[in-house]
Amino acid sequence: MATIRIPPVLRASVGGEREIRADGSNVGEILRAMAEAHPETQTQLFGSDGDLNRYVNVYVNDEDVRVLDGLDTPVGEADTLVILPAMAGGSR
Amino acid sequence: MSPSGAEVLRQIKDRIDEVDPALVRDQLRDGALVIDVRQDDEWATGHLPGARHVPKSHLESRIEGVATDRSQPVVLYCASGQRSAWAARTLIEDLGFEHVSSMTGGFTLWKDRGYEVEVPRFMSAEQRDRYSRHLLLNEVGAEGQQKLLDAKVLLLGAGGLGSPAALYLAAAGIGTLGIVDDDVVDLSNLQRQVIHSSERVGVSKVDSAEQTINALNPDVKVEKHKLRLGADNIMDILPNYDIVVDGLDNFPTRYLLNDASVRLRIPVVSAAILGFDGQLSVFKPYEGPCYRCLFPVPPPAELAPSCGANGVIGVLPGTMGLLQATEVIKLILHIGNPLIGRLLMYDALAATITAVKIRRDPNCPICSRDPDDITDDELGVFPDYEAFCAGVH
Repeated sequence: MATIRIPPVLRASVGGEREIRADGSNVGEILRAMAEAHPETQTQLFGSDGDLNRYVNVYVNDEDVRVLDGLDTPVGEADTLVILPAMAGGSR
Repeated sequence: MSPSGAEVLRQIKDRIDEVDPALVRDQLRDGALVIDVRQDDEWATGHLPGARHVPKSHLESRIEGVATDRSQPVVLYCASGQRSAWAARTLIEDLGFEHVSSMTGGFTLWKDRGYEVEVPRFMSAEQRDRYSRHLLLNEVGAEGQQKLLDAKVLLLGAGGLGSPAALYLAAAGIGTLGIVDDDVVDLSNLQRQVIHSSERVGVSKVDSAEQTINALNPDVKVEKHKLRLGADNIMDILPNYDIVVDGLDNFPTRYLLNDASVRLRIPVVSAAILGFDGQLSVFKPYEGPCYRCLFPVPPPAELAPSCGANGVIGVLPGTMGLLQATEVIKLILHIGNPLIGRLLMYDALAATITAVKIRRDPNCPICSRDPDDITDDELGVFPDYEAFCAGVH
C-alpha cells in the first residue's frame, strides 16, 4: 500500500485526512482505488476520458508522473504519491 | 646565514608564474578568478573590475570564501607585485593551490597602462554598523551588501505574504522596494499582516507599509503603486524591478504575471497559502520552468479556493513570506541553490516540508518561445475566470 498525500483542497473529499493509503501497483490503480473509496475525488482527479486532469499534478516521491510513465508509473510499497493542484491565496 | 628578504622574494618569484597585466585583462574577460591581496584602504581607492578582495593578512582564513577548488587557476595582485608573490607562495605551499600566478607590476602598472579601474562605493559608518552581521558573512560581505542596496524588488501585495517579506527585505537593506496594493488596512488583516498596525486601520496599505519600512530602515526607498495589477499596467511597472515577490490571491493575475515576467526575463519568487499549508517556488525565466509549465491550466472554481475568503493560520504567511524573502536575497547575491525547478510544500500541522521537481515544458505556450515573440495580446490569456468564480458564490 502506497501513501497518498492529500492537498488542502481535496481533504474535504476524503474525510479531512491529510494522508491516506491505497492499494495498487501503479499510479492509475492507486488513484482509482482512492476515487472508489472517496467518490468525490473522481471528477477532481480524472477527466471524462479517464486521464488525469491537466490542472492536477501527481508526483511519485518527488518526480512528476508525466515525465515518468503517467498513470502506468509503477509505485512501490514505500513510495509516496503527492497530489498537487494549483493554489493561489496570499495577499488579501 | 639566512637569505635577506629581497633574496627570498627573488627566489619565490623564480618559482611562481608572473603574468603581465595585459594577459590578466584578457583572463578577467574570460571569467578568471583574480584576487586583490592589498589592504582594505588600498582596495577602497580602486581595483581591477571583477576582482575579488582577500587581504594578504587574512589569506589563510578567507581564501575559501572565494576559491574552494584548489585546482582552479588563480591570479593574485597587489600594488607592485611583491606582496602578491608572497601570497602566491602561501597559496601554493601552505594551502595546496595548483595554478597560482602573480600579476607583474601590480595595480600600479595596471593603472599606468590606463586599464579600467573600478572604484568601490562605500557604506557610511552607520551602514557598516547596521549591516555588520551581513558584513561578517563570506556570502554577503561589503560587496554583497552593496548588491542588496542596489537591488529593486517588487512586492505584489502588502498583505499576508508581502508584510513579512517587506519587513525583512527592508531590514536587509534592499535599496528599492516597490509595493503594489490598492487596498486599505482592515482590522481582519492584522492577525497576519504584521507590517500594518491597529492605528492604521482604514489607511491605504502602501502608505502604511511605507511608514513601517521608513521607520525600520531609512536606506530603503519605497515605490508605492496604489493600484490593482492588470494587463493595462503590468508592462509599465515590472521593467523597473530585478525580482518580483508574488503573493497574489488569484489565478488570472498569476498567469498574467507569469507571462509578463517571462517576456521581461524577471524572476518571480512565488508563494501561495491556504489554511495550514503553503507552496513556494522560484520561476526564473529560461533557467527553469515557468508557472504555466507547472500549471498549464487553472483548476475549476470548486478546486480554486482563491475565489473567496478562506481561513489561514496567521503565522503561515509569516513562514512562507520569509522563505520568499530568503530566496530573493539568494537570487540577488547569487548564493546557494535557489528554488528553481522545485516546488516546496510546507504542512504546518504535520511540521513537514516536501519538495517536488518541476520540469520545463518543451511545449509551454509561453516560455518555450523567444520572449520578444510574446505579444501584448497573449499576456495573461485565461478562461473567463471571474464569471466562473461569480457562479460559485
